[in-house]
Amino acid sequence: MSKEHTEKRIVYSPEGDPIEVNPLQDYFCEDLPEVHKASSIAILENFRNWARSRSLWVLGFGTGCGAIEMRPLMTPKFDAYRYGIQWRPTPRQADVFVVSGYLSVKTLKRVIRTYEQMQGPKYVMALGSCTINGGMYWDSYNTINRLDYYLPVDVYVAGCMPRPEALLAGFDQLKKIIREGRGEGYNKYAEEFAWYKANQKKIIKDWDMPDYNW
Amino acid sequence: MDPLIKQILFALLTIFIVLNYGLIVQGIVRKIGARVGRRYGIPFYQPYIDIIKNYSKRTRISHGIMYYIAPVFRLTGGIGLLLFIPVIFGNNMFQNFSFSGDLLLILYFQFFGVLGMALGAAESGHPNSAIGVSRGLSQVTAYELPLTLGVLSLAVQYNTLNVSEIVAAQQGGILNWSFFTNPLASIALLLAFLAAMGRSPFDVVLAPQEIPIGPPTEFHSGFLGVLQLNRAIFPIAKLILFMNLLFGGATNWGELIIKTFFIYMWSVFVGVAFPRFRVDQSVRWYLGVPLIIGVAAVVVSKFF
Repeated sequence: MSKEHTEKRIVYSPEGDPIEVNPLQDYFCEDLPEVHKASSIAILENFRNWARSRSLWVLGFGTGCGAIEMRPLMTPKFDAYRYGIQWRPTPRQADVFVVSGYLSVKTLKRVIRTYEQMQGPKYVMALGSCTINGGMYWDSYNTINRLDYYLPVDVYVAGCMPRPEALLAGFDQLKKIIREGRGEGYNKYAEEFAWYKANQKKIIKDWDMPDYNW
Repeated sequence: MDPLIKQILFALLTIFIVLNYGLIVQGIVRKIGARVGRRYGIPFYQPYIDIIKNYSKRTRISHGIMYYIAPVFRLTGGIGLLLFIPVIFGNNMFQNFSFSGDLLLILYFQFFGVLGMALGAAESGHPNSAIGVSRGLSQVTAYELPLTLGVLSLAVQYNTLNVSEIVAAQQGGILNWSFFTNPLASIALLLAFLAAMGRSPFDVVLAPQEIPIGPPTEFHSGFLGVLQLNRAIFPIAKLILFMNLLFGGATNWGELIIKTFFIYMWSVFVGVAFPRFRVDQSVRWYLGVPLIIGVAAVVVSKFF
């Protein structure tokens, strides 16, 4: 918490009255995430899971070369819309977070903020070998190697880069996981929050945000 | 049964029919858009699944009181507009809560939801919301002129401010429709209709890919579900209004569905053929030709 803009400071109103501002309390919410149990009524939860699997709203995070493989899914050739996969421009409304490729330390911070702004149940799909073991950047000085140290990943799509067909197969796999009720990644994140945060803070040296970005 | 209770039950039935019709039409229209782009497109029942999905999200966060109220305002705007319009001509029950002078109330009520949404979107604090709201209000101000002038022209022509009476005056054949008896007002109204439906080229408010999706950027889960319900009801309410004003109303639900579907297609076909205007272009466009036609419509129906 070394950054200046997160420290307490005094600002002055137009009349000249001093106002004390504590950014982390005033501008952010400091609550930590909680575990939300699935409904105990099985038939209701199955129905909801069916709806969740048939309506996947995607937030594409174009970090690396994988971003270029996501676009063809919207085109006539692949047309993922017919499977209920639609793109949303804002993290608030998205269900699936597609991390498309290598993550540098700088983008990891943005990925974490974005993931935490999504509303649960939320799922993460990681593309390419870069998110699995670092791929061709495995010994780079500023990229991370394994994404699931930092975020709970539901589906990996391997390849360098995976073609759009592979992405569609990945979405199919994700649908299967959701329908079986195993898509509880965000609960895992809440349960093992301390472990994830420790990993994240090990990588991100200039941590200048609250622990959970609501 | 008490007539009031019966009236309320029929109002609920109206909302139910219009909601389902709205959701299915929404799916079909998106399918048409996809087919124009040579895609297969979503299943026509996708809007239902999306709403169920949004209501079954487990977390939701708040930005404050107005943020909670805004979707409710928006839905109230849609349902209120619907319930003040006489839906089926000649059927006492589906007149809902129409009364003499309802035309003025309807003109106001169209913008009730927009204003509520403006307050809620402002509280969400997202810059794209603020941009979307300011764009929306300036475009509303622009297309309100031809819309109001067209409606005034019809009011002068039929000498009434009651939608039911305007519909009654158009009965007795296609050539009695205002569309044929008052073509100038019809052109002004149908041009204003394009922006009222918020489709391309006048989709500066939501503007996907540009200011992500404008005012509802921060709305999620159940909040977005309420907005989606409104997005199904509100366009149909507007379609019914335009059908009543220009195309002789409907005497049964089948006629209503056929007529409103074809009126909707007017904005859809314009939408898939033309790309988005910038906000200054769309405002200037409405202050040009449609405004002149609107003024001409009032003058013509007053003096000729």
